[in-house]
Amino acid sequence: MAKKKYWQSFGEFNNSEAFKKSTENEFPEELPLASADDKGLANAPASRRDFLKYLGFSTAAAVAAASCETPVRKAIPYVNKPVDTIPGVADYYATTFVSGNEVLPVVAKVRDGRPIKITGNTLCSYTKGGTSTRAQASVLDLYDTARLRHPLAESKAIGFDAVDKLITDELAGLGGAPVVLLTNTITSPTTRQIITEFLAKYPGSRHVQYDAVSYSGMLLANEATYGKRVIPSYHLETANVIVSIGADFLSTWLSPVELQRGYAVKRKVNPSNPEMSKHYQFESMMSMTGANADERFTHRPSETGAVAAALLSAVNGQGAGDLTGKLKAGIEKAAADLVANRGKAVVLCGSNDTNIQIIVNAINEAIGANGTVINFNAPLLTHQSADADIVSLVSDMEAGRIGGLFIYGANPVYEYFDGQKFGEALKKVKLTVSFNDRKDETTVLCKYVLPASHYLESWGDAEVKPGYYSLMQPTISPLFDTRQFQDSLLKFTGNNTTYEAYFRNYWTGKVGGADTFNRALQDGVIEPAAPVAATAVAFNGAGVQAAIDAAKALKKNSGLEIVVYQSNSLGDGKQGNNPWLLELPDPITRATWDNYAMVSPQLAKSDAFKGNKIDITNTGQADEYEVEPGKPVISLTIGNKKIELPILIVPGMQADTIAIAVGFGRSRDIGKAVWSKDGGTLGKNAYPLLSYNGSTFDWYATGATLEMTGRTYNIAQVQVHDKTEGRQEVVRETTLAEYKKNPKAIQEERDKELKAWGGLENFEKQGTIYPIHDKPGVKWGMSIDLNSCFGCGACVVSCHAENNVPVVGKHEVTRFHDMHWLRIDRYFSGNPDDPESIQTIFQPMLCQHCDNAPCENVCPVAATTHSAEGINQMIYNRCIGTRYCANNCPYKVRRFNWADYTGADSFPDNQRPLVNAGKLDEVVLMMNDDLTRMVLNPDVTVRSRGVMEKCTFCVQRTQEGKLRAKKENRPLDDSDIKTACQEACPADAITFGNVNNPDSEVSRVRKSNEGRIFYTLEQLHTLPNVSYLAKVRNSPALSSHSSEAGEHATAQPEAH
Amino acid sequence: MIDQTPIARKAFFTFSLVILLSFGNKLVAQNGEAIFRENCARCHSLTVNLTGPALLGVDQRVPDKKLLAGWIRNSPAVLATGNKYFNDLYNQWNKVPMPPFPSISDAEMDALITYITTPPPADEPGGEGAKQVVDEKDNSILYGVLTLILAVVALIMLQVNSNLKKLSDDKEGIPSAEPIPFYRNKTYIALITVILFIVGGYYVVKGAIGFGRHKDYQPEQPIYYSHKVHAGTNQINCLYCHNGAYEGKQANIPSLNVCMNCHMTISEYSAKSEKLYREDGTEIDGTAEIQKLYKAVGWDPAAKQYTGKETPVEWVRIHNLPDHVYFNHSQHTKVGGVQCQTCHGDITNMHEVKQHADLSMGWCVNCHRETKVKFDGDDGNKFYSIYQKYHDEIKAGKRDSVTVSDIGGLDCQKCHY
Repeated sequence: MAKKKYWQSFGEFNNSEAFKKSTENEFPEELPLASADDKGLANAPASRRDFLKYLGFSTAAAVAAASCETPVRKAIPYVNKPVDTIPGVADYYATTFVSGNEVLPVVAKVRDGRPIKITGNTLCSYTKGGTSTRAQASVLDLYDTARLRHPLAESKAIGFDAVDKLITDELAGLGGAPVVLLTNTITSPTTRQIITEFLAKYPGSRHVQYDAVSYSGMLLANEATYGKRVIPSYHLETANVIVSIGADFLSTWLSPVELQRGYAVKRKVNPSNPEMSKHYQFESMMSMTGANADERFTHRPSETGAVAAALLSAVNGQGAGDLTGKLKAGIEKAAADLVANRGKAVVLCGSNDTNIQIIVNAINEAIGANGTVINFNAPLLTHQSADADIVSLVSDMEAGRIGGLFIYGANPVYEYFDGQKFGEALKKVKLTVSFNDRKDETTVLCKYVLPASHYLESWGDAEVKPGYYSLMQPTISPLFDTRQFQDSLLKFTGNNTTYEAYFRNYWTGKVGGADTFNRALQDGVIEPAAPVAATAVAFNGAGVQAAIDAAKALKKNSGLEIVVYQSNSLGDGKQGNNPWLLELPDPITRATWDNYAMVSPQLAKSDAFKGNKIDITNTGQADEYEVEPGKPVISLTIGNKKIELPILIVPGMQADTIAIAVGFGRSRDIGKAVWSKDGGTLGKNAYPLLSYNGSTFDWYATGATLEMTGRTYNIAQVQVHDKTEGRQEVVRETTLAEYKKNPKAIQEERDKELKAWGGLENFEKQGTIYPIHDKPGVKWGMSIDLNSCFGCGACVVSCHAENNVPVVGKHEVTRFHDMHWLRIDRYFSGNPDDPESIQTIFQPMLCQHCDNAPCENVCPVAATTHSAEGINQMIYNRCIGTRYCANNCPYKVRRFNWADYTGADSFPDNQRPLVNAGKLDEVVLMMNDDLTRMVLNPDVTVRSRGVMEKCTFCVQRTQEGKLRAKKENRPLDDSDIKTACQEACPADAITFGNVNNPDSEVSRVRKSNEGRIFYTLEQLHTLPNVSYLAKVRNSPALSSHSSEAGEHATAQPEAH
Repeated sequence: MIDQTPIARKAFFTFSLVILLSFGNKLVAQNGEAIFRENCARCHSLTVNLTGPALLGVDQRVPDKKLLAGWIRNSPAVLATGNKYFNDLYNQWNKVPMPPFPSISDAEMDALITYITTPPPADEPGGEGAKQVVDEKDNSILYGVLTLILAVVALIMLQVNSNLKKLSDDKEGIPSAEPIPFYRNKTYIALITVILFIVGGYYVVKGAIGFGRHKDYQPEQPIYYSHKVHAGTNQINCLYCHNGAYEGKQANIPSLNVCMNCHMTISEYSAKSEKLYREDGTEIDGTAEIQKLYKAVGWDPAAKQYTGKETPVEWVRIHNLPDHVYFNHSQHTKVGGVQCQTCHGDITNMHEVKQHADLSMGWCVNCHRETKVKFDGDDGNKFYSIYQKYHDEIKAGKRDSVTVSDIGGLDCQKCHY
């Protein structure tokens, strides 16, 4: 197998001097000892005498502190304990996560009355317990300090009774002027019914659904070609060939959890019958989905229509038309595969252009996807908004035709492409009421604010697909004086029942009895007995030719183009103040906290960057760009719109395309997490870059001009923090063809590498001078399938929530002080100048729990030791913070508490001075608020300053699982323990269990996949307990480009 | 741990003695009392009106024993016969019917009626009081004083000895050095320094180790709740109140509604029961303490209903583990079968609870080293079936038991995570 060169950064690609220097110094932190002059240590400002003084003082202080009286601790039991509640034992409630257009059936873990963790609901047939980053992080939103705590009337606090009266009076005084309910898509059947009742009371009123990210183009196209204004379900689990034209379906498009699940089914390789689906991606930017594709081709954003048209033409056997080069070849190849897999292939398209979607429908029709992979019988009801509705609403508002506007879940001032115009129009509406939970950009302009409760405090329901319901029940009493939107609407309708009663009544009637209802509430989901099967729907191809002509006309052949996308973590930005999401690194750029302009390496060295050209294959220029966090800021002008953003050079981008994410650049009122140090907020709002084409919003712009501002802006990337110094055995991959030819190739390769120490078989014994320890009973092990890890990061957020991992803020991430126990490393390979050659691989990296752990040997105080169960233990109360362990860890998975991020230190408020001095971000204080701290998991210690921490294999869960088995007097079972990361993964990439048990899932996976299994940096004899299954690509070949400068980096590392 | 063994032995002896002594009572009355407690005490007392009337003197009010027995077995039937006394009684008590007790046999009924008609005996000398065997006296002060006296005597003797020697030397004409006063005598100074160093060092080290440990911590609680009265005298199972101990991490201080299960009817501390004293000797009015409970839970004993005005009780927490320690009660009680008393001491004899063990890491670790898990055999936990190696060793006779430490009980992350 050819040696492949992987690189995380351009410095690594070039193996530059600065990169080598930075690898020597893991934490580039100057020691505060100012003894730089040659006067010797004794004359340095902090002398030995000072040291002794401090030592003496601190000892004296410690003695004085210790001699204080022990505080008296109180224990206050319930007066009346609810039956079945045992303090200290968690309860689980099935409910439904709803944020923007994302609806997921989930289960909330409630400890002592506080929801602390979200997991997926395994009873749901289409998610099977999968979750997304946003669902995982949603529990933190409940405890958000920026949530409104009471209703507001003209910015003054008021009670619900008083505000109800004011609004009812104003409604009565509108004199027949229509009231508009502006919401995002409502999936809740009861809410829809309540809205209907409300509208009936105010004749002439209407309900406008407005989604920040709409699928209007698809809805219109489906209406045109199938006569159904719906979005179908996609059964990717049945597709052998998937062609995506700019659809980031693994990350943000439509229903990513469901699509990831389906996609993963055909991406896992069964060793006895190695087959996989083939995934082609045609896109302009480097998306997470594109990074997972087997073959990837780039095109200009304006060319999307031409690509779709060419694909249709190729599918119909007429070649890819007027396209050229790799793109043409790619389309013809994809078309051939699609045709060959008729009925088992599908084309997805991320465009919001009706014409393009009509062409895609024609392709899907031609390849028999309609009725097989595409299911119109179970349409997704989560995206129903039509872009034209909001546009006409705004003109109605401007014309003063709207009497009252009730806004719930929508934030048009921020999300609408012309938010300013919406804001102006809002002033012409007499009665404006917002039901949003915080003072967001729209809410601050509204006269009345009736904050709605968080979903974890609410009753409710959602109909994701017809017949597929998910129920919502409160897991905690409302924390503040908030009220559900439905309750408010019922009040204004003049209905005095509460929404809870209304909801119960509705569902008891619908499911037939209170008992059935209670059972449904307990399960959380109500689904049809048999899955709704797909049948072909009649296709009307009359408009296809017109659509082709219109789509082709969009193509521009020159100039810069901009594509606007949803970031993997924030999505449409509804959870914009969520620190867990903001600190989650982007899968591709590995950047946190900000948005930026993604540019191609070609563009960065082109004349557009005059005065500041960056050739990332030029060692000096690459270093200058990469080593410092400050990135050059560019100014982009598109028509009359202007945006200034720092750049990140990303290989795989189409040469003339710049990609910008929405969800950033919020107002300071939405919460402290978005505050930047300069008094503004993080990032820039990219929604204004959208444009309205007469029927839908376009998510791209053409004819942009670029100017250098000469300034730089810090981007907090975690990309290059953890280097493995050219050691090649970190990730392994092969192609499906090679794997079929020799399934044991990787095993043989490993054996060859370990030959010097007895080969695979005897490596454990011969590779060390240490004795081998017995492992009776339990030995924990994890296996991660790189074929089903798509990089989404749900596991990272889940780990964050489960293990009380601190949020450190942008400034600390810039200083490489990020604290994630689990990171998803992203490696590129290929030629940065050739976007088609770039292959990406994601590798979740966490503590490998080495049986021969290098960190354990070097700890002077034995704070990190090995347990009898094979867990590499980190004992916080024993750690004195030498950081030797982190230094000696080849995987760079240990994290050090450089500051008191969690407020665990004995001295209160000791972060405040650091925040004031600009060394910590305000978000650290936000995370330390008494309210936010309610999210902490009481079973996991909150670490204090000066302590090392890392993945524990969720020891609190293994302990709990073992205890459960012991209490039930039975052997341990796989279902007893699921780690937080494993539980969150929609694609089931992670298996965990007792490897001493030959019947456990992890043992079976390891045994049946002997040919693919590998351990990271195995030759170091660390004997990790985390194994990986090598990635198998369904690509023709692995990209083997290596630049001249990079040759020596691929050389075999010397044995360490 | 080592110090505790003789105390435990003595405590056991005392306990056995108490049990032996308490067999002196009359069997029948005992029986009647038991039946009364089991069936009637929820609503009746002998001397006080509760949900139902006080029962003492019922033989004068209802001379017909058969009628009384019939009433007890099936009161609605008696009411239906139109009996005037009982119908009046029924109306007088807000028409709260007395539930029927048809299962009480004739012999039991006799015992019960005998019990409720006999005035409870006055303070029995030699009752509770006599059961309290004289506490073990701490003799260390005595020994200390003795040692001190002996040391002074030894010093005096030494001084006398040297004086005598000097005298005899003088007599025999042997020249002797000028006597040095003992405070300048280097031997003495050295000796005292060494003694001071050892004693001082001992206390410094002991004090340092003891930081944060609170053995014998016995704070005053907001309500004087006597574990001895409840768990000792009245034999209430620990788990009745601390029901979390079998289920989860915390044993849990019971919520007040658990107290009210009994105290709905038990509104006063009988004057005939053992007198309660605080550690400092002040006497406790048990009835007043029960009133505190009523106030907290919002119970109006006169109207016999909840007022809704609740004030949670702020108990002072006695057993505090540091935040970095994970401890799970159910692991030890339900799985390990450890008795509550092993860690909490002889609770049944403590009025006010004090911390029995020092809850230090050494104390935990020692127990994990010594305790054998239920590994094998009939009561063996099937969880341990996965430890094939140990099972093989037991079969081969190489090992007779498996301790907690053998299955990873000394791993740091058993408790610290």
